[in-house]
Amino acid sequence: MNILEVHHLHKAYENHIALQDVSLSIPKGSIFGLLGPNGAGKTTLIRIINQIIDRDSGEIFFNNEKLQSKHIPFIGYLPEERGLYKKMQVWDQLIYFARLKGMPLQEAKTKVNYWLDKLEIQSWREKKIEDLSKGMAQKIQFIATVIHEPELLILDEPFSGFDPVNAELIKNEILELRKKGITIVLSTHRMESIELLCDHIAMIHQSKLILSGGLLEVKRKFRKKIYKVILEPYGDLEVPKEWKSITADNQMIFEVPLQEKSPNVLLNEMIAIGEVQGFSEIIPTMEEIFIQQIKSHSYE
Amino acid sequence: MNKVFLVIQREYLARVKKKSFLLATILTPLIFPTVMGIFLWIAVGEEKGASLRIIEVVDDNNLFFLESRDQYAFSFSKVAIDEGKRQVQSGERFGFLYIPKIQLDSPTGITYFGETNPSMTFIADLESSLKRRIEEQRMMESGIDPKVLDAYRTRVSIQSITLDNSGNEKINDATINYGIGFFTGILIYIFIFVYGNQIMQGVIEEKSSRIIEILVSSIKPFQLMLGKIIGIGAVGLTQFLIWLMLIAGVSSIVIGYFGMQMPQQTAMELASPAMTEMSNMNINNDYSEIIQVIGGINFVKIALTFVFYFIGGYLLYGSFFAAIGAAVDTPSDAQQFMLPVTIPLLIAYLGLFVFVLDDPNSNVSFWLSIVPFTSPIAMMGRASYGVPFFDLALSMSLLIIGFLSTTWFAGKIYKIGILMHGSKVNYKTLWKWIKMD
Repeated sequence: MNILEVHHLHKAYENHIALQDVSLSIPKGSIFGLLGPNGAGKTTLIRIINQIIDRDSGEIFFNNEKLQSKHIPFIGYLPEERGLYKKMQVWDQLIYFARLKGMPLQEAKTKVNYWLDKLEIQSWREKKIEDLSKGMAQKIQFIATVIHEPELLILDEPFSGFDPVNAELIKNEILELRKKGITIVLSTHRMESIELLCDHIAMIHQSKLILSGGLLEVKRKFRKKIYKVILEPYGDLEVPKEWKSITADNQMIFEVPLQEKSPNVLLNEMIAIGEVQGFSEIIPTMEEIFIQQIKSHSYE
Repeated sequence: MNKVFLVIQREYLARVKKKSFLLATILTPLIFPTVMGIFLWIAVGEEKGASLRIIEVVDDNNLFFLESRDQYAFSFSKVAIDEGKRQVQSGERFGFLYIPKIQLDSPTGITYFGETNPSMTFIADLESSLKRRIEEQRMMESGIDPKVLDAYRTRVSIQSITLDNSGNEKINDATINYGIGFFTGILIYIFIFVYGNQIMQGVIEEKSSRIIEILVSSIKPFQLMLGKIIGIGAVGLTQFLIWLMLIAGVSSIVIGYFGMQMPQQTAMELASPAMTEMSNMNINNDYSEIIQVIGGINFVKIALTFVFYFIGGYLLYGSFFAAIGAAVDTPSDAQQFMLPVTIPLLIAYLGLFVFVLDDPNSNVSFWLSIVPFTSPIAMMGRASYGVPFFDLALSMSLLIIGFLSTTWFAGKIYKIGILMHGSKVNYKTLWKWIKMD
């Protein structure tokens, strides 16, 4: 089941088109990676989902209902550019954000206490944001995003601006929230976090959706059918020209294209030549796919 | 609606809880009396401390006599002009007044020498003393006794009474009406500027610290703007209320203090009844008239009118300030958009003095008090004199329509502006934002 479905979304600004016929589905409970270079239209898409700006055309469904203002409490949003009231105390601030999302006062108090305990920062509750260090403020920022227990959490570049310790903390919190059944949308350039966290991805480039689906599915789609073989030949080996030799550490390593054969046939051929110490498919990284996709679509 | 209330609450508490609010609230009403006090103190100290200023007078006519004052003494002599000048230069004398032989019908050539530039009041004072003396002399020459003329001098004062349709009479005193109109008009003017600026600062703060995107993912921009305007307005009203209470408290203490002194004064008057009888009658007359005038003013009506225009004017301009804050990135960028706010406010302010308080029923006064951009300030100038019901109703309904439409326009600019960073905004872009749907 999809928590969010976007159909044929279109949005134009005065001077440029931000989104063109974008459709995607975000499965419930997934961690969904939203990729794309700067200015591709990611932030516009996220703002439309958050009902900050209006769409020109297209439909959005949240839990199979047309998206409307009553869904605001079910969505949490950490924008790329973020901030807090500098002169406001931590406690007041978190209560305010929780209540703006429609949480009753008593429940908000309980939740704020829960998070302050969990991150072991109860002693900060009466501190003003301007008196906190940047890293401390980042934790408060994260709490403010999740305090109302949204079903859908949208994090725009969550790791940018966070120091490594806090980035790790956020990563663990994301995984924990997923365990609770919360769906998370990650918009980021950092491909390694996509590989690590996401199970679904969508790629937007020049206002169009150019790729979407499950992470493995997408990777399979872009496999080059090349196998990495670690081989110790029985005798002198005349390396075929389509093999790429990357010998290292006294091991002979080859990148061998499959060429219409099945992997088993290839493996049998290898066994005949020498002792096979390693045999695995080379799967492209998200980064490679990303760069390749951007390049190929840019020349269209 | 619930969310608007949350924003109002936050904006209100964030300001009222600040120490600077408490300080400003208590200190502001004291600033004016304090400044006055300091000036008085300096002036008194100066008068006491200053050595008597002696002015040498040489009168070739042997006609003039100038009475010495607190600060000036006049010494008459027959020194030569050069000697008189020398005395001033050497500091023996503060000034030197030379009156040559003059023709009484065209006195010319009277000269004052001083080391410093004399004050205008001092010269005017000298001139009027000499003038009086010359006039007396000329009367004597034509056989009129100045004392007889004095006896003919009569004081006339006209009591002005307004009649309303039902035949009620009301004594007016333009000074009191003027005072009320002046004070309430200025108060609204200051209030709009001070609190309008706070709205603008608040919007810029939310925009530049990037809280705005988090806020608008929870609440509609229009609700946020409305909450901010109302919340800050409530802060202003609170401050105003505290001032009223302070003034009431202080004046009751003052009245109580002087009330205690009254018996002493009456006792003194009893001691010399004949002397005070006449002046007392005068005072009593003045008092009863003032009390009648004050009684004739419909304070409830003026207070209600004031509250209406106070709030209406604030709301009308408040949304402007919010829109300006949303359109810019820093307070210094806001300057370029301040003109549409400052010009009508200045027109209203100047109009209040030049036209409305001078003649509340002139055509200019009418229009100033009807147009929503100037009415909050200008109408207060008319309200204190009494305004026809039709004018008031028209002006009030236009003000309501006015602030609803400025809020609507401002909302459109606000909605788009708050998410724009680093882009150059001018009036053309603002107009485009308004036209967008």
